[in-house]
Amino acid sequence: MHSQLIILPILFQALIAVILLFLWSKPRTQRVVSVLGSGVSVIISALLFSQVWNNGIQTMQIGNWEPPFGISLVADTFAVVLVLLTSVVGFAVSIYSSTNVVSSRVKFGYYAMFHFLIMGLTGAFLTGDIFNLYVWFEVIIISSFVLLTIGGRKAQLEGAVKYFTLNMLASIVFLTAIAMLYGVTGSLNMAELSQIIPTIENKGLVSTISLIFFVGFGVKSGVFPLYFWLPASYHTPPAAVSALFGGLLTKVGVYAMIRVFTLLFPISGVNQTVFIVIAAFTIIFGGIGALVQKDMVRTFSYLIICHIGFMIGGLSMFTEMALVGVVFYMFHDIIVKANLFLIGGFTFRIFGNNKLSEMGGLMNNYPKLALLFVIPLFALVGIPPLSGFWPKISLFGASYETSNIGLLVAFIFASFITLFIIAKIWNQVFAKHASERDDLVKLKYFNQFTKREKTALIFPIVFLALITLYYGFFADHIQVLSERISYELMHPNEYFEAVFNIKNETTQ
Amino acid sequence: MKSIILSSASNYLLPLLLLFSVFVLLRGHYLPGGGFIGGLIASIAFILHAFANGLKKTRYLLRIHPGFLIPVGLTVAILSAVAPMIFADLPLLTGLWYPDEIPVIGKIGSALFFDTGVYLVVVGVSLTIIFTISETV
Repeated sequence: MHSQLIILPILFQALIAVILLFLWSKPRTQRVVSVLGSGVSVIISALLFSQVWNNGIQTMQIGNWEPPFGISLVADTFAVVLVLLTSVVGFAVSIYSSTNVVSSRVKFGYYAMFHFLIMGLTGAFLTGDIFNLYVWFEVIIISSFVLLTIGGRKAQLEGAVKYFTLNMLASIVFLTAIAMLYGVTGSLNMAELSQIIPTIENKGLVSTISLIFFVGFGVKSGVFPLYFWLPASYHTPPAAVSALFGGLLTKVGVYAMIRVFTLLFPISGVNQTVFIVIAAFTIIFGGIGALVQKDMVRTFSYLIICHIGFMIGGLSMFTEMALVGVVFYMFHDIIVKANLFLIGGFTFRIFGNNKLSEMGGLMNNYPKLALLFVIPLFALVGIPPLSGFWPKISLFGASYETSNIGLLVAFIFASFITLFIIAKIWNQVFAKHASERDDLVKLKYFNQFTKREKTALIFPIVFLALITLYYGFFADHIQVLSERISYELMHPNEYFEAVFNIKNETTQ
Repeated sequence: MKSIILSSASNYLLPLLLLFSVFVLLRGHYLPGGGFIGGLIASIAFILHAFANGLKKTRYLLRIHPGFLIPVGLTVAILSAVAPMIFADLPLLTGLWYPDEIPVIGKIGSALFFDTGVYLVVVGVSLTIIFTISETV
């Protein structure tokens, strides 16, 4: 089905970025344009979501070329929900940036790069062409690299070098995999590939290619043993950027993995064993890594790795129930992780640093803020009825049903570790008395902010916390949504028929 | 590095190279060439001028900051990509062509405007980079 709406989320971000480039030397105007633009893009994404929800998968053939020859954009329910969540997180972070990111950074094009990054994310979710997916990954890497390095502090550059080296390497591996796949099948269109790959007789080659894809996406999403770049770089930029990275960037890797391993290479045999083992290791190593950290934001970085393991583990079981859990968990994780990094930036403005040993007394001094911060923290553990609880039911159930006891143990182990870490953060940050704080050289403390600046910091956190509460208390909505997505993922024929427009002819 | 040969040659080479870059841009649709390579040739013209006569004179010649060309070029490219969506209800980037041939230039379509946008972006980016580097050295 042909629809103009599908390109608009991508196009609109490009438009905002170009407008921001024209306003290069006017930081104040840039902030206003960015916030307004992000708000409008949430509305556009919501419209696209409702269209897909009511009418099924939407497609667009760029340049009006017939499907296997041109680039197809495909908006199925999974992609559209992620586009919506991306624009929601983008909106929150854009508001947060108006206080968190200083003007000197804005003058180096912070906002323009921010919107190019969101454009890249949206494009990666919507594309139906595997080479085009690679191109969007490049857009993401380049703009995220600029966001990491703007400001030019030593720690930032150190983190950026690690980030860029490993991600470039992953891109090369990904590109190699695409080249091999093209050599075997002669197509890059994912819908067509899903029909060609089962007919290839050389199964060993197909399996090899799929594992090369896994390595490429694995580095990008921070999977054991290739995750070291992630905690080394995510705490270095301003909190607004970390929130965007922590919430969305690793999830693109997971999205690509889910897409490729449901549509192109349905998981079975050796792949399944490899995935399960790697998922379990990711969970355990991420969890143990988080335990020993002394810095709150670095703890969150390791928790990202741990929880990526949940998603890969769910994907590796490859049943409809497990995928429901994976998809729900992903939606929950995007919002909660982004919110945690925003909170990390907030507490930095209260305590002057993010070392657990030097923070404290949040409960007594800011009781309302403490209550607010507890929502995402408890949602992360999955204390019922908050959002982390519901996907875990599906994941635990699926691992029991498919008798993957090792994975089940890893899930439970990770849940306990997360609980332990949250308890530790509670003790250190909320309960105990604070030590004397140092004077910040360049930045203001929270109690020195004007009312407008305070609102700009608090509103995004409240906004994301409300979404978390919505996930928790209206879990049946998300459950229905996840079940539909999981059904679509397990039945790739619908994807193929939508792209090649077969359905219309048979029903008419 | 002041050389009278280079500086007087660059005065003649600048318009010639710019003309050549436009020629490469226009023939790019079916033959080797296009916006990217045309933009590179155009920026080479200005860089050669800067080598021969100093950065100050080239900046005066350009009048605007080269970085300004980046958003302008992007706007041209985006508008030409969106044009089929607005005027013909066709997908993004579909080629719209003016039916009659125009002398010298040939056929005109939205692809030409897209390439012009690329041309401007390439000139803007490469000149900004080279000028910034040669200022700090």
